[in-house]
Amino acid sequence: MTAVSKLRQHYWITAFRRSSFGRAVIRRLPGRVKRGLRAGRRWQRRAVAQLRTRWRRSLQFRVVSTTLVLCVLVIAVLGFFLVQTIAAGLLASAEKSATAQAAGGRSTVLGLSSVLVLQPPEADSPTANAPYVAQVAARTALEQGGSAGNYLVAVHLTDSGDTSSTAVPWVAENTFSPSATVPSDLLNKVGAEQLAEKYDNQNPAAPQYEPTTLVGNNGQSLGPALAVGVPLGPYYQLYYVYPFTSEQAFLLLVQRVLVGAGLALAVLLAAIASLVTRWVVLPVRHAAQAAQRLSAGHLEERMRVLGVDDLAALATSFNEMASSLQGKLRELEELSKVQRQFVSDVSHELRTPLATIKMAADLLFESRAGLDRGPARSAELLQSQLERFETLLVDLLEISRYDAGAATLDADLVDVCDLVRGSADDAQQLAERRGGRIEFRLPATGCFAEVDRRRVERILRNILVNAVEHGEGKDVVVTTAMDNDAVAVSVRDYGVGLRPGDDQQVFERFWRADVSRARTTGGTGLGLAISLEDAHLHGGWLQAWGERGKGSVFRLTLPKIAGQELAGSPLPLGPDDTELTGGSNGTGPFPTAKITGTISRG
Amino acid sequence: MKGRVLVVDDDAALAEMLGIVLRGEGFEPTFVADGDKAVEVFRDSRPDLVLLDLMLPGSDGIDVCRQIRAESGVPIVMLTAKTDTVDVVLGLESGADDYIMKPFKSKELVARVRARLRRTDEPAPEMLQIGDIAIDVAGHSVKRGVETLNLTPLEFDLLVALARKPRQVFTREVLLEQVWGYRHAADTRLVNVHVQRLRAKIEKDPEHPEIVVTVRGVGYKAGTG
Repeated sequence: MTAVSKLRQHYWITAFRRSSFGRAVIRRLPGRVKRGLRAGRRWQRRAVAQLRTRWRRSLQFRVVSTTLVLCVLVIAVLGFFLVQTIAAGLLASAEKSATAQAAGGRSTVLGLSSVLVLQPPEADSPTANAPYVAQVAARTALEQGGSAGNYLVAVHLTDSGDTSSTAVPWVAENTFSPSATVPSDLLNKVGAEQLAEKYDNQNPAAPQYEPTTLVGNNGQSLGPALAVGVPLGPYYQLYYVYPFTSEQAFLLLVQRVLVGAGLALAVLLAAIASLVTRWVVLPVRHAAQAAQRLSAGHLEERMRVLGVDDLAALATSFNEMASSLQGKLRELEELSKVQRQFVSDVSHELRTPLATIKMAADLLFESRAGLDRGPARSAELLQSQLERFETLLVDLLEISRYDAGAATLDADLVDVCDLVRGSADDAQQLAERRGGRIEFRLPATGCFAEVDRRRVERILRNILVNAVEHGEGKDVVVTTAMDNDAVAVSVRDYGVGLRPGDDQQVFERFWRADVSRARTTGGTGLGLAISLEDAHLHGGWLQAWGERGKGSVFRLTLPKIAGQELAGSPLPLGPDDTELTGGSNGTGPFPTAKITGTISRG
Repeated sequence: MKGRVLVVDDDAALAEMLGIVLRGEGFEPTFVADGDKAVEVFRDSRPDLVLLDLMLPGSDGIDVCRQIRAESGVPIVMLTAKTDTVDVVLGLESGADDYIMKPFKSKELVARVRARLRRTDEPAPEMLQIGDIAIDVAGHSVKRGVETLNLTPLEFDLLVALARKPRQVFTREVLLEQVWGYRHAADTRLVNVHVQRLRAKIEKDPEHPEIVVTVRGVGYKAGTG
């Protein structure tokens, strides 16, 4: 039944297929026909879909097809009215000439054979019996017009006269059947006229007419005709029948000419519309292409400006936009280059004296045993603070490289679990001093992803050391998981936690969780800011959760393929159920069976 | 005898400090501040090792490195403040054996200099063969047939390390430890650059190496010829 729902637009097909008759028919169809029908429907659907796509996509197609349809409609309506008007005119002129001829015929017959026509028909009289009189009248009338081929003549004998068996109601040429051709309406009208006639020549009876169908002797229809009747004295009626043969031929010709000319006109108009639209659409398409290339980074892309019309204005303003964009971008690039150069220079200029100072400090530090207490302690302080200074310098340079947009991703396929173990060294040592442990929950299969080893190690080192530093000597849990698109590492500590709102602020430069708290490990205050940039460079996330007294979670999520957009993370951000309920079933997407257990070093 | 170090550095303070540290470790430092005079001084003093700052007034440190390398296989250790990979690779390609990033610890510098000079102890007479290449370890010579191939000491060490265990695949980290004397993981580009340079000298077709073969994803090994 799904096929039926797809065919909702074809009501009659649906109705047919649903009716019991239709079902029976379809059931009985041979397989080949059914397949053919299905293929036909598929083809039809495909064609409709294709047309729809073209309609949506191509302005030209839309304009041309609309022009074509509207044109055909207008021509059809106009043609219909034209044919109607011509037909009406032809009919009117035919009526006029027919009535005139009928009147003329009557007066001729009355003038030539009034003796016969005006006397009542007698069956036995050789000259006054109805058939004879009628025949004479008919011949007279036929000969009167001169153009005998154009019409047919019949004489009707009214009932009021002779009722003998020899009397016949119609006398006419034997090529048609007058009784079937002349409509009874006309007979009645002429009858009424006949009764009203006064025979005073001042008020001759008016001819009556009625359109009809000419019927042959054998009863077959010979096409439309006009029947005109006029009373011929009190006993006879004279009828003329004008077949519309020539008029019909003329109308047919007119119709053909109209249809032919209309079709030609429609096609011509469609072609013109196509040309004109092309004229407008082509520059628009060019503009679209140019804009596309521009957005793809081809900043030198320009449009051709022809003439001074609207399209030229479009091209001109497009080009102006492109130039100003290019200028701005160049300016930015220049700035970024200057910034990068500056960072590089600062780096070099600072590093050289720092190298001297460091070697001097090393020398002093090593010979501190021979110094007094004050200078010896100074040498120690100099040594440790120099290290801090150097880390700060490295971090500053790194973050200014990010600010200058000069950071590049050097991605490789790497096992992130290996990186987790490898980056934990510093944190392990620190944790041991604090009396805690780092617990690893890593999947056995490894978690390969395209990442920049150096940057990811830096992120992991940062969040691990942070966790131990703020973990108040409690254990830190590192969990790694992956799904089809992403790898995630979460670092959970059970220390001081974060205040509300801090989960965003921790990533700010030089931000301190607690201003009054002394720094113990000498972090630069840039670690998490750099880590966040590192994560973003991968197209990944670095997020924090924390609650006062409940500890915090830092979760790093990286796409498996560098730069791909992340839809979600394989690990939850926040405390998981295991620690709330004490149970062993985690809420993460990975069942605990996949976690190989605790790897603990130290 | 072994222990003369030429310090090519334009920064007077750093040069002086380097001098103090090197003298303290028993080396004999000579100094030159100008890149243009560096090669001249090098010829006069015939040092056992050159410490070269990459950024010098006059000719660039890279040029100095190239000129020295053109006439001698003496170990060259670059001092660099540039962290960009391009500069480091450029320095290594122009002939430096090793590099050290400013700021460095005195111990690190001394360890690196020692590692480059440690071939003072006389090696046992030993002949090695890879493919059609014959190596005389004690005599420091490499020959293809009768033709002598001119290798720098570092290139020689690299080749010998590979040739001593012909079927073993060496990772870049292992080579860094054996040839350069690094204790922990360092810049593996050092290995890549020097393997390229070694190939350029010993392979018949460096594009299709037969003597130092790359094992994809692992490292390098001596070819079977």
